[in-house]
Amino acid sequence: MSRSGFGATLSRLLLQNRHGSRVLNHVGSLTAPRPFCSESDPRSRGRIKQALPGVSSFTPPANSSHDWVGPPDRMSNLRPIKYHIPEYESPLESRLRKLRQETEDWNHQFWTNQNISFSKEKEGFIYSCLKEKGLELRDEDGRKRTLSADEMAEFYKEFLNKNHQKHSVYNKEWYMRNFTITFLMGRVALLKAWRKLGWRQQDPKLK
Amino acid sequence: MYNSPCRKLTGLVGVSILQSLENAAQARLCSWDLVQLCRSSTSKWITFQHCNFLKRQYVTKTTEACQRAKPKQEALTTPLVKQHPHLQDETVIRQVQQISAIDQHPSSVQSSKETPTQDTERASSDEDPSTAQETRQWKEIKVMLGDLPGIYARLSKIRLTALVVMTASAGYAMAPVPFDPSCFLLASLGTGLASCAANSINQYFEVPFDSNMNRTKNRPLVRGQISPLHAVSFAAACAVPGITLLALTVNPLTGALGALNLFLYTCCYTPLKRLSITNTWVGAVVGAIPPVMGWTAATGSLDVGALLLGGILYSWQFPHFNALSWNLREDYSRGGYRMMSVTHPALCRRVALRHSLALIGLSVLAPALDVTSWTFPLISLPINLYISYLGYSFYRDADRSSARKLFFCSLWHLPMLLLLMLTCKNHGWTRKTDPWLTV
Repeated sequence: MSRSGFGATLSRLLLQNRHGSRVLNHVGSLTAPRPFCSESDPRSRGRIKQALPGVSSFTPPANSSHDWVGPPDRMSNLRPIKYHIPEYESPLESRLRKLRQETEDWNHQFWTNQNISFSKEKEGFIYSCLKEKGLELRDEDGRKRTLSADEMAEFYKEFLNKNHQKHSVYNKEWYMRNFTITFLMGRVALLKAWRKLGWRQQDPKLK
Repeated sequence: MYNSPCRKLTGLVGVSILQSLENAAQARLCSWDLVQLCRSSTSKWITFQHCNFLKRQYVTKTTEACQRAKPKQEALTTPLVKQHPHLQDETVIRQVQQISAIDQHPSSVQSSKETPTQDTERASSDEDPSTAQETRQWKEIKVMLGDLPGIYARLSKIRLTALVVMTASAGYAMAPVPFDPSCFLLASLGTGLASCAANSINQYFEVPFDSNMNRTKNRPLVRGQISPLHAVSFAAACAVPGITLLALTVNPLTGALGALNLFLYTCCYTPLKRLSITNTWVGAVVGAIPPVMGWTAATGSLDVGALLLGGILYSWQFPHFNALSWNLREDYSRGGYRMMSVTHPALCRRVALRHSLALIGLSVLAPALDVTSWTFPLISLPINLYISYLGYSFYRDADRSSARKLFFCSLWHLPMLLLLMLTCKNHGWTRKTDPWLTV
């Protein structure tokens, strides 16, 4: 990705409105949000989400006004977050929430793919190495044969080099999203502080 | 400065270093923690707990290095009770521990050993307990004031920061000027704050990568205990006072070095880890700067002595980190970290050996530059020869055990070397240049 591409994508992320969130799908090479994403569905608040594999059916209690963070996902090792949707959510807050949800899904997808392909390729490598030696996958006692660290090192090197470009693209995208999310969080925090200050000024009885 | 597997002081040697420095209670507390930690740990855990001091922790238990990369249907990996250098029975142990893992984590995926019929029966009967278990694992993201110190300590990698401050203190103590306690404390505080900021930013950048590595998965941002904005604000709240303190109350040179180190660590080293193996060299520079900062805080100028101390720390990083990274190759490969140990293994071993030998050379250079007396190269020769020997074994054998030996040697080698250096400090130089001193 060239510098201009990076800058253009970053400004697009910052400037896009609520309805333009789908544009994010085309950014980077790995975006494909999970179909059960509920970021734009206000009805999902307080409802039980459909229990697709890998999706939690947990719903935060109705009286909670904070986000909830769950256990690490089985595939991606990332922790899902259930975002709280406040009653009077501003467009900025909505954009932030959707961006965070989308980034979470994108991250989950990347790392799930990464972990699955790593373990599959590792198994394949072990199998082919053993086959070359004329050994079966399991030894006489039924235990799975493993290769030595030096033999596995060849696989690790190959895997890392093969995924270099993929990681490079992912890193750029991740840094961009991280900065954007933090920037929006800063704006939302200022907005909330301003709102609180403005509300207090309007109602001096509360001082 | 902050990240590398360098700067690990063993408890006992750390205490002796502190005794030789005219130091504040802050360092004593840290040493007490170290000693307590070593004493309270069992032999199995000493290696793991010990490495908690380091950013790059040395995973000596193989399955701990195997963060769950597989779908849940496959074997779970739990820490090995016993470890073997060449793990032949990994799968057997994994299967054995599957049973214990299932007992410990009833909500986790069913073992692949179960039959499909058992699966369906278990699924229907275990659904409620597993859902309940999972529900319990969800936590509200609400920051309680009482939790903040613990969170900030982990965010700033307080133990690593303490070790960085110690190397800076050693730099200050080695400088051939009268000891000024207030300047010393301000320099230490400023360095500590800058280190906290750098470590926080590092964690802020690396959330998804940390989630996928066993040794880093309990960090505050990974666990969702605080938001990214909070982490960045904390980093800013440490960096600004820290660098300002160094620049205004110590001297501008030290402030500039602190800012440079912060930049190098957060904006060069952290991204480079995923792009190129040159990250190790950048990280070595980052580790070398704190003692230089300590020296410049004392003298106000970048003397050859400062550069020598920096050079010793720089050279030390390589046997230390290269040995550590040798046994983490799987994690690095899966996580996308570009390290010499994975991409250029021969270079990794060569560089480790080269720099172990360089430590001998630098120790000889110390008296030549009037930093220490000529006793220093003599008394440091045994430990320098030993680490070089281990470096050579690592170069020749390139296996887990030689890597481990070299790594653990580096842990005590550095504090010992600094201690010996302090005892051989060239006080005569001070007297010659400053006749008003009555040392």
